[in-house]
Amino acid sequence: MKRDRKPWWPALAVNGLLAVIAILALFPLFWMVSVSFMRPGEADSFPPPLLPSAPSLTAYKDLFAHQGMGRDFANSLVLATAATLLSLTFNVAAGYAFAKLRFAGRERMFQLLLGALVIPGQVAMIPLFLMLKPLGLVNNFGGVLIPAAAGVFGIFLVRQYALSIPDELLEAARVDGAGEFRIFRSIVLPVLSPIMVTLATFTFLASWNDFMWPLIVLSNDHLYTLPVALASLSREHAQDSELMMAGAVVTVAPVLLLFVVLQRYYIRGLLAGSVKG
Amino acid sequence: MRRLGAGWWFVAPAVTIIGLFFFVPVVAALALSLTDFDIYALADLGNLRFVGLSNYRELLANPLFWHALGNTVYFVVLGVPLSIAASLGAALLLDSRLARFKAFFRTALFAPVVTTLVAMAVIWRYLLHARYGLINYALSGIGVSPIDWLGDPRWAMPAIILFAVWKNFGYNMIIFMAGLQTIPEDLYEAARIDGASALRRFWHVTLPGLAPTIVVVSLLTITGYLQLFAEPYVMTQGGPAQSTVSVLYFMYEQGFKWWSLGTASAVAFLLFGLMLAVTVVQMVIARRSQVL
Repeated sequence: MKRDRKPWWPALAVNGLLAVIAILALFPLFWMVSVSFMRPGEADSFPPPLLPSAPSLTAYKDLFAHQGMGRDFANSLVLATAATLLSLTFNVAAGYAFAKLRFAGRERMFQLLLGALVIPGQVAMIPLFLMLKPLGLVNNFGGVLIPAAAGVFGIFLVRQYALSIPDELLEAARVDGAGEFRIFRSIVLPVLSPIMVTLATFTFLASWNDFMWPLIVLSNDHLYTLPVALASLSREHAQDSELMMAGAVVTVAPVLLLFVVLQRYYIRGLLAGSVKG
Repeated sequence: MRRLGAGWWFVAPAVTIIGLFFFVPVVAALALSLTDFDIYALADLGNLRFVGLSNYRELLANPLFWHALGNTVYFVVLGVPLSIAASLGAALLLDSRLARFKAFFRTALFAPVVTTLVAMAVIWRYLLHARYGLINYALSGIGVSPIDWLGDPRWAMPAIILFAVWKNFGYNMIIFMAGLQTIPEDLYEAARIDGASALRRFWHVTLPGLAPTIVVVSLLTITGYLQLFAEPYVMTQGGPAQSTVSVLYFMYEQGFKWWSLGTASAVAFLLFGLMLAVTVVQMVIARRSQVL
């Protein structure tokens, strides 16, 4: 038998370091869950306890019974779902057309849209707020959704993917007399379905995690999304560690779950986005 | 002809939305920044006056604005290199042939990226707590006396930077991993045959191969970090002693706390100008050194 001459320590160093980084990355999440099950006041002691002495649901009961977190959760869910559907409706059609349909001004318009990527969204926020106010869309879900409905990134994502659709496929359908909308529905959409999952995942997570715009548009706490509600809660109940951690769990658990299930699609979108520079 | 029309119908809804609710507001923001739009104008547009560049002049004479700009630049100058170094280090480890359980490690290291910023900021505020925080507890283990992370003007921003690195390094890590895949294996092979050490292979093969990726990643990270807002909003509310007031935090307070929407628009444009300048400078440097 041959002896393995490779030294054992580089493999140990690489995997050991990876394990340390993974612990650092996951520890705050683990601690969040752990503290959320502690009895009120238990986390405020020194040294800080790692695990609850007797797991308790007090913080969660308080959140849903007294702090209205169930309503915030529903708001977030409704908004993220609606944003996802809108984004799919508008961006997929536009992305496909920019890739595969010829029309006057196509290239120039696409360049203009890409140019918009260098403008930070916050520049538009103040006038948009003033525009939405007379329309009755301030303090209204419509106002939160409008900027999310269509976006340059979404169009770009779909366009890059749609470029790979063979023209012959579309031409053949046209020769058979199919209209452009029927071609889109029955040929293009099935081909685009993987990138649609990517776009949906991206939009849902971005909408769920969004903070600054909902904070500006929504002033009535009955309409708050989870991040806005949590931020407001943390300004009022800063001392109540267990309550805050339970709020964080409720906010983060759905997106973490969604990511773990759909991470392949999510990472594809992330890589497409980084090529834009 | 029929196809000519169809293309328009497909893009019209999206382009209309982006035009109406992004391009129009951006132009309007420029106009707004030249007015004294305030709470009185909000009630009655008759109170609105054109003031030329005086919002910009007043901002450039306002110490708090410079303070906010300085804090933001501090966050970027320290935070971006640390984030990129962490991302690159993690990517190299994950890319190593010796690494096991790659899928698990990749998911674990990326998890902070997809979490909700506000929720993580809440958690970190407790981790950084001066008395009960686990970070101080861990530091006491190696003999460091407790630091009042978020209560001490000298430490508040470094603490936020630490949090930002933790939250974001996974994002660029994924981009670096894709970049590493594009470096041909024979380059490493050739270097190995020439007897180059691991460090020299990293310096002469990996880094040049990653140069375009590094340019893209630093551009995205700098422009992203210039938009610092939620971290100070949740963790410090700009304090202590305004040491964590960022440009966007300043804009938010001007606009939606004091309703000086003209001034706030001017702040937004100054930030945009800064981001544009950074982008142009980076592109020029990258072109000159023939990286892109």
